[in-house]
Amino acid sequence: MIPYAFNYRRAQSIAEAQSLLKGDAKLLAGGQTLVSAMKLRLAAPSDLIDISRLKELTFIRREGDALVIGAGTTHHEVATSATVEAAIPALKVMAEMIGDPAVRHKGTLGGSIANNDPAADYPAALVALGATVKTTAREIAAEDFFTGMFSTALDENEIVIHVSFPVPERAAYAKFRNPASRFALTGVFVSKTKSGPRVAVIGAGSNVFRVPAMEQALATNFTADAIKGITIDAGDLNSDIHASAEYRAHLVGVMAQRAVSSAS
Amino acid sequence: MSKITLTVNGKSVSADVEDRTLLVYFLRGQRALTGTHIGGDTSQCGACMVHIDGKAVKSCTMFAAQADGSSVTTIEGLARDGKLHPVQEAFREHHGLQCGFCTPGMIMTAVDMIARGAATSRDAIRHELEGNICRCTGYHNIVSAIEAAAQQAGASKAAAE
Ligand SMILES: Cc1cc2nc3c(=O)[nH]c(=O)nc-3n(C[C@H](O)[C@H](O)[C@H](O)COP(=O)(O)OP(=O)(O)OC[C@H]3O[C@@H](n4cnc5c(N)ncnc54)[C@H](O)[C@@H]3O)c2cc1C
Ligand code: FES
Repeated sequence: MIPYAFNYRRAQSIAEAQSLLKGDAKLLAGGQTLVSAMKLRLAAPSDLIDISRLKELTFIRREGDALVIGAGTTHHEVATSATVEAAIPALKVMAEMIGDPAVRHKGTLGGSIANNDPAADYPAALVALGATVKTTAREIAAEDFFTGMFSTALDENEIVIHVSFPVPERAAYAKFRNPASRFALTGVFVSKTKSGPRVAVIGAGSNVFRVPAMEQALATNFTADAIKGITIDAGDLNSDIHASAEYRAHLVGVMAQRAVSSAS
Repeated sequence: MSKITLTVNGKSVSADVEDRTLLVYFLRGQRALTGTHIGGDTSQCGACMVHIDGKAVKSCTMFAAQADGSSVTTIEGLARDGKLHPVQEAFREHHGLQCGFCTPGMIMTAVDMIARGAATSRDAIRHELEGNICRCTGYHNIVSAIEAAAQQAGASKAAAE
């Protein structure tokens, strides 16, 4: 497959990427979503600004009570980082579950959240951990960042620099994979944080969402039993050839319980 | 158009490419390295797997321009002095192929997973093969071949230490 013609530019710094990013130009990180979209001619950028080699965007650091990960960090780097494993083991487990080894070698945190596929894993982690997205313009709370299916609060020429994840007391991710695409049919990320528990769901709806009823139950008793009886309304959920809305609603409950019982 | 300079199977190569040229088309069309296959061309099947700077990636899902300055290894770059790479040898020994179409991709993935120390069990190998599809569904012998090659690599590493 051959995409529409475009100009390839490799940025040498964030500042240069920012100055090249105008009109119909687009950032290229791992290309694991964008290249496929271009091949299908669903995307036709005039210029691709390759930011994948920017050292400024590729780092994993522990900063006090937070784990800070650069936007250009690949899923493979997150999955194999001792710093991530020590701070938030659930994040390592989640990164290991993304796609396949080749996708993890190239796909990045920044590309994943900027794309906001309703079945992508990272949005659940960001919302459940109460993360903050730092861009070239501002800081955005995860919940304000993911605005809907394939849409985010990012402006056209805003670049994600890093994501700061407050380190929780406990967290876990449980994902029911679509065996063909490896994306989540439904995934639930749970965390126990200083400000209370959080439950974030992806794959089931058009955008990541929290489940307040489960969070309330977990606040007094952080066990799988505490959320056993809680049902999810299938009304707003996705229905497709892979699973009905009712099945997804059921999976939210099952995945949430699995996540809570494995939280560490 | 961009001028790119990269290392392909150990040899330095410079070429002019249209920016929209996918790496797999560059390798097959401009370098005549047709061992790297095109299957679905949708980053699902893994037939186009190559190594970029030692890491397995799907060459249908990156542009040749992205590989500028990198070192690319294709299936043609594995054999040394007329001798098959141990993973190629293991595929032959264990009959890890039927029609052979997925084989170059399977082997490139296998070499990468063994190098990362990820081929620790038959289950782990199957999990690592997530991005490679064999339409003959010959996975059983592919897993056996990788398991044997991983054990051999472990043994030669232990002997070296
Ligand atoms: C076979 C396959 C299986 C997959 N399975 C999963 C899965 O199970 N779970 C999952 O979550 N994902 C999955 N993915 C998607 C994968 O995680 C991608 O890595 C991710 O969606 C995009 O990241 P990227 O770095 O490749 O971004 P790109 O494709 O390069 O870019 C995607 C978008 O983000 C923009 N962008 C990139 N970086 C930035 C930045 N720093 N700031 C602002 N905008 C930016 C780009 O302009 C583009 O619009 C899969 C992909 C494939 C091909
Ligand atoms: S041809 Fe590249 S993954 Fe199938």
